Amino acid sequence: MRVDDLYQMTEFQLITIGVKGEKEITGGYCGDLLSWVMAHAQKGNLWITVQTHVNIVAIATLLELSCIIVPEDITIEEETIEKSTEEGIAILRSHLNSFEIAKLLSERGM
Amino acid sequence: MDKGHWAYDLHIHSALSPCGDNDMTPNNIVNMSLLKGLDIISITDHNSAKNLPAIIEVAKDKEIVIIPGIEVNTKEEVHLLCYFPTLDDAMAFDKYIESYLPHILNNKEIFGEQLILNSEDKLIGQVDNLLINALHLSIDEIFSLVKKWDGVVIPAHIDRDSYSIISNLGFIPSHLSITTLELSSSVKEENFKNWLKKYKNYQFIQSSDAHSLEKILERQSFLTLNKVDIKNFFDFFNRKHR
Repeated sequence: MRVDDLYQMTEFQLITIGVKGEKEITGGYCGDLLSWVMAHAQKGNLWITVQTHVNIVAIATLLELSCIIVPEDITIEEETIEKSTEEGIAILRSHLNSFEIAKLLSERGM
Repeated sequence: MDKGHWAYDLHIHSALSPCGDNDMTPNNIVNMSLLKGLDIISITDHNSAKNLPAIIEVAKDKEIVIIPGIEVNTKEEVHLLCYFPTLDDAMAFDKYIESYLPHILNNKEIFGEQLILNSEDKLIGQVDNLLINALHLSIDEIFSLVKKWDGVVIPAHIDRDSYSIISNLGFIPSHLSITTLELSSSVKEENFKNWLKKYKNYQFIQSSDAHSLEKILERQSFLTLNKVDIKNFFDFFNRKHR
């Protein structure tokens, strides 16, 4: 699955307009304690988190994560969106919660 | 009081914090701090300043400086110690953040009571909403708000695995005007040096995070100030360390 496959799904809304979705998704990771995520998420992972602080972009860049999904329609800081667009990391938002997102992605073959 | 090393404890919870003992009253805290020989203290309840008027009244004629403070819990579940030059500033900030506290009632059986006391330690009210919840305000928003009231923000117990800026955000955002970091009192000397080495650009303080009277620090943490007063205190924390 690639990031732009998510662009086609009605459950997700691309927040970082213009970011290309050619990155391959190697797996998923859920976590909100960023120190923990930094130590455990793997390159290429899609990352589901309720944290929206700009630091999530730095961590996704550092670990070369494929994209970030913010659940439950949480408002995302403007600074985070700008930085992520600049770094070419897609942030998608969903009305679903983290569990439902993981379940959905698994049903779609991830 | 003139130039020297002043003993402080800048992180003490009163009976207003649900987790604070009910005998953490204004008189008990001030008198215990005096007994312990402290020069500067701050009462920093979770997301509220409502016991500060009584604390400051109690300490009025005593040889101890009170820094008005609040321990804020941000949207990211990061604890930030916010210190203000005057009681009015702290109360105005308290009033502002109140509307950003989730409307979730405190369950006293589980979390403990949230008592507002007067300078005679008499109960004058209680806070209904649970104060330990995260405000709907981000770290960045807290920094700009506190600045507006001429205060300083110090990230609390950065060595801990929960409610700490490092555990929750992975690292310290460089765009924030942070001069100082707080370490828990459980961090011993050897380990303290490692923190100092790792975070060279910051100065460190170490307070008790006391929720009970006996946990208030002895004379063990010191600030070097020309004079022990509010102005010198804020000059110290506003200066760039390196």
